[in-house]
Amino acid sequence: MTTASGTYAPRPGAAPLPRMIAAQAALETRMLLRNGEQLLLTVVIPTLLLVLFSSVDIVDTGKGKAVDFLAPGVLALAVMSTAFTGQAIATGFERRYGVLKRLAASPLPRWGLMTAKTVSVLVTEVFQVVLLTVIALALGWSPHGGPVAVLLLLVLGTAAFSGLGLLMAGTLKAEATLAAANLVFLLLLVGGGVVVPLDRFGPAGQHVLGLLPISALSDGLRAVLQHGAGTPWGDLGILAVWAVVGLAAAGRFFRWE
Amino acid sequence: MRSEPVVQVQALVKRYGTKTAVDGLDLEAGAGVTAVLGPNGAGKTTTVETCEGYRKPDSGTVRVLGLDPVRQSAELRPRIGVMLQSGGVYSGARADEMLRHVARLHAHPLDVDALIERLGLGSCGRTSYRRLSGGQQQRLALAMAVVGRPELVFLDEPTAGLDPQARRATWDLVRDLRADGVSVILTTHHMDEAEELADDVAIIDGGKVIAHGSPEELCKGGAENTLRFSGRPGLDVGSLLNALPDGCTAAELTPGAYRVVGKVDPQLLATVTSWCAQHGVMPDRISVERHTLEDVFLELTGKELRS
Repeated sequence: MTTASGTYAPRPGAAPLPRMIAAQAALETRMLLRNGEQLLLTVVIPTLLLVLFSSVDIVDTGKGKAVDFLAPGVLALAVMSTAFTGQAIATGFERRYGVLKRLAASPLPRWGLMTAKTVSVLVTEVFQVVLLTVIALALGWSPHGGPVAVLLLLVLGTAAFSGLGLLMAGTLKAEATLAAANLVFLLLLVGGGVVVPLDRFGPAGQHVLGLLPISALSDGLRAVLQHGAGTPWGDLGILAVWAVVGLAAAGRFFRWE
Repeated sequence: MRSEPVVQVQALVKRYGTKTAVDGLDLEAGAGVTAVLGPNGAGKTTTVETCEGYRKPDSGTVRVLGLDPVRQSAELRPRIGVMLQSGGVYSGARADEMLRHVARLHAHPLDVDALIERLGLGSCGRTSYRRLSGGQQQRLALAMAVVGRPELVFLDEPTAGLDPQARRATWDLVRDLRADGVSVILTTHHMDEAEELADDVAIIDGGKVIAHGSPEELCKGGAENTLRFSGRPGLDVGSLLNALPDGCTAAELTPGAYRVVGKVDPQLLATVTSWCAQHGVMPDRISVERHTLEDVFLELTGKELRS
């Protein structure tokens, strides 16, 4: 058994960086799509909310078709569910189970791992946006506005929510992250202008809640898609501040084990 | 096999809060298999994880393959393989999926199917990691450490919790790695594992290396061998001692149970049996105990259990 066969003779080397990142992103996406709880959060809940609230008159969504109000909000929710809630929970448990630790000893650099996570989040979002758009169109949605402003909002929203999600996953225990990420998801779903218009919370409440990243994203998307506005700089500014603060804090405080 | 050291640790100190985990540790490991042996909490894992680049030394220097594991991590990581004490795999990933993934991060990986076959991981099928048995999880972690064809492999308690067959399979793989020129640093608290596999053993206790050498060297040093026999109680131990060469000790441990400690060789055995014959003693259950690494270990680290 112990004769040298040369099978294990050292031949070390890292794979090319793009190949490593692509492999990592593919694996992360597969893990996400295989996870039932994650799919509930990222696909089932946004879809249900869109269908339910568009067809049953539960909340007063103001003038016009309900779906025109709801579709931008649900798109914002979809971004939050993947970039914030899903990423926080998954990363929290990867940290807990030593996955991040083990990968830190692999040839993949840490920034490569983070890039792969971002790619995986974006791939999932594309899938969500396509699905929700098709459903909304089937429900009679008539979107307006330019695609560039929408894309800008989605990207900045993703950056803001990723920073906050990673900050949570990298500092709290996995169970605490699981609980807190779900709670935040629920609170922001109600108080972030996703399905309930912010003016229901009174002028003061509207002001404070309007500074939340979810409100900025849903408000910005609504301004463009429902009202055909140009680039919503105010909302983009709020998202940019959240993105910078969140990502910087995550970079500073993230603990790998 | 001795050449350039693959691992060189000098005066390493690592503290966690007020607790000093590693306290001025020196260790040099050459090519081949080096076992780091010590009781729980001795500082084995901290030392190895510092070599892997996970922890920054509070003081002292660490060089692995001539590189600083923290500052030159990017250069070092492709050249080493790491098996953590536990975990390291996505809970929803299948064994082959995870192994293939780690292989993809390397330029010239091993044949994944052959490695799966070799370590008996084929039976894991489509089972996700969290549902694999402890032994399967261990073997997967081992496979992940070697799949990138590293020059140096760190194995942190690779056989903890394995059944005897899986343990043998792990030992066989370590021997094959060594034969193919891969250096191995393994931590263990199984003496027999160190004795079976290691070219070199470093015994760590209290955050320091307290003994270092080949298993043979370590066994030769320290206490000597032991000869035991039973006879009728109350024999004249003083007379027996007179018959023995200088430096031996003899004692009646419990009534009728005698122990001779010294350099036990055929001559000594003959001396004891002829003394018995002269005194009309039939020595029952005469036995010679070879000094094992376990004796050395217990002698050096103390016999009381520590948690």
